[in-house]
Amino acid sequence: MKLRKVSAAAATALVLALTATACGGDDGGDSNGSGSGGGDKIKIGIKYDQPGLGLKEPDGSFSGFDVDVATYVAKELGYEPNQIEWVETKSADRENALSRGDVKMIAATYSITDERKQKVDFAGPYLLAHQDLLVKKDSDITKATDLNDKKLCSVTGSTSAQNVKNDFAPKAQLSERGGYSECLSALQSGAVDALTTDDSILAGYAAQDQYKGQFKLAGLKLSNENYGIGVKKGDSATLDKINKALEKMVSDGSWDKAVKENFGPANYKNEPAPKIGQIVQ
Amino acid sequence: MFDFLSDYDDPSLLGAFWVTVQLTVFSAIGSLIWGTLLAAMRVSPVPLMRGFGTAYVNIVRNIPLTVIIVFTSLGLADIFGVTMGAPDDFKLKYFRLAVLGLVAYTAAFVCEAIRSGINTVPVGQAEAARAIGLSFSQVLRLVVLPQAFRSVIGPLANVLIALTKNTTVAATIGVAEAALLMKEMIENEAQTLLIGAVFAFGFVVLTLPTGLFLGWLSKRLAVKR
Repeated sequence: MKLRKVSAAAATALVLALTATACGGDDGGDSNGSGSGGGDKIKIGIKYDQPGLGLKEPDGSFSGFDVDVATYVAKELGYEPNQIEWVETKSADRENALSRGDVKMIAATYSITDERKQKVDFAGPYLLAHQDLLVKKDSDITKATDLNDKKLCSVTGSTSAQNVKNDFAPKAQLSERGGYSECLSALQSGAVDALTTDDSILAGYAAQDQYKGQFKLAGLKLSNENYGIGVKKGDSATLDKINKALEKMVSDGSWDKAVKENFGPANYKNEPAPKIGQIVQ
Repeated sequence: MFDFLSDYDDPSLLGAFWVTVQLTVFSAIGSLIWGTLLAAMRVSPVPLMRGFGTAYVNIVRNIPLTVIIVFTSLGLADIFGVTMGAPDDFKLKYFRLAVLGLVAYTAAFVCEAIRSGINTVPVGQAEAARAIGLSFSQVLRLVVLPQAFRSVIGPLANVLIALTKNTTVAATIGVAEAALLMKEMIENEAQTLLIGAVFAFGFVVLTLPTGLFLGWLSKRLAVKR
């Protein structure tokens, strides 16, 4: 008898839990639907973990060059900053997030490549970055051939890590890690000689308060990365509007201002603003 | 559709899975030895060893594997300068660090599996062995462990399959195994689902035969009581 009571109570609890989750699921679906259908909010995909480009601050605000560009573009599309909903899009999710319609556009250090162009359309480019090295202030690395007997660090599976292994320095020791911060601590302790990825990202890290003055960019242009704004394949109306917005951003000087603000203190010589559709191979 | 798979040669698809197999084999051997020692400690008559074994198992199995593996790289290698005998060869160094982390973690589970096997051996046998004058290590080696191992092949197969899949965590410190190649492909190809399926299939190919073989072995070797 006692057992039956217990199991009845458990069953009730289970049913309650199930209904509760079902409700939760419905709510989520509803708010998503009205979000994209009503047009009063815009969802933009950015990175949350890249200082200088797309960074979520501890207080919940967002900063970085990608964020500034996306805010400007959204304004041209008719959305005020408070109507923007930022969504984190990690490298692996970017194509799917666009094709599912989770986000309207993505400005997340998104290099334009042929493989990606088959899945999404790109506006821009809005920034030409190069793979570079971040080294200690007193380092003697000045050219790519210096790298072969050095210890490098980059993020697991990233394009930069693959470039090192396949092209620039196949003989260099490469430590692949989960994130750039892990590489920075190794660089600080001397466990590696250089951290390598796009110079824009490196400049963002070097400009962070806790690292200011410790590191410098080596200034090697090891590759060309054309950052574009990704939109859903075939969404040419949005694409045209974004391209116009980017052109305006360059011509009215907001682009230069954003570059200076975000990459300033790290000996970073940025390339001039790229023309729309001009991809440097 | 699958032609991109052959574009990779450092590591190649087979090379990456070969590293996964190597990680699994070395970690399995290491954790079997260390896990058996831990189990012996947990049933030993010395309170200090029992305490150490219990503390080790309860601490290590409750730490996420990612934390342990990342600690071998950021803690042991970067801060304490542990080089695992390969200071100038990052590939070897991080491979060995990953094996070290996997052994430390998996041994806790192996220990508990073996201890449960030890509990299946009737106490009377250990008492009889003591009565004819065998020492503690002789009782364990000659009477208890041979029977214990035969009864825990099934649970150990579970641990081995979990270990095979856990080796993917080694990608976080840059060991060029299957998960790392998967990350590279996802970065380049924009074909997340297809790539995920390929690697999931690869792991099934590794673990399914292991599971079937060990299942058959455990039936064959089970102690009939």
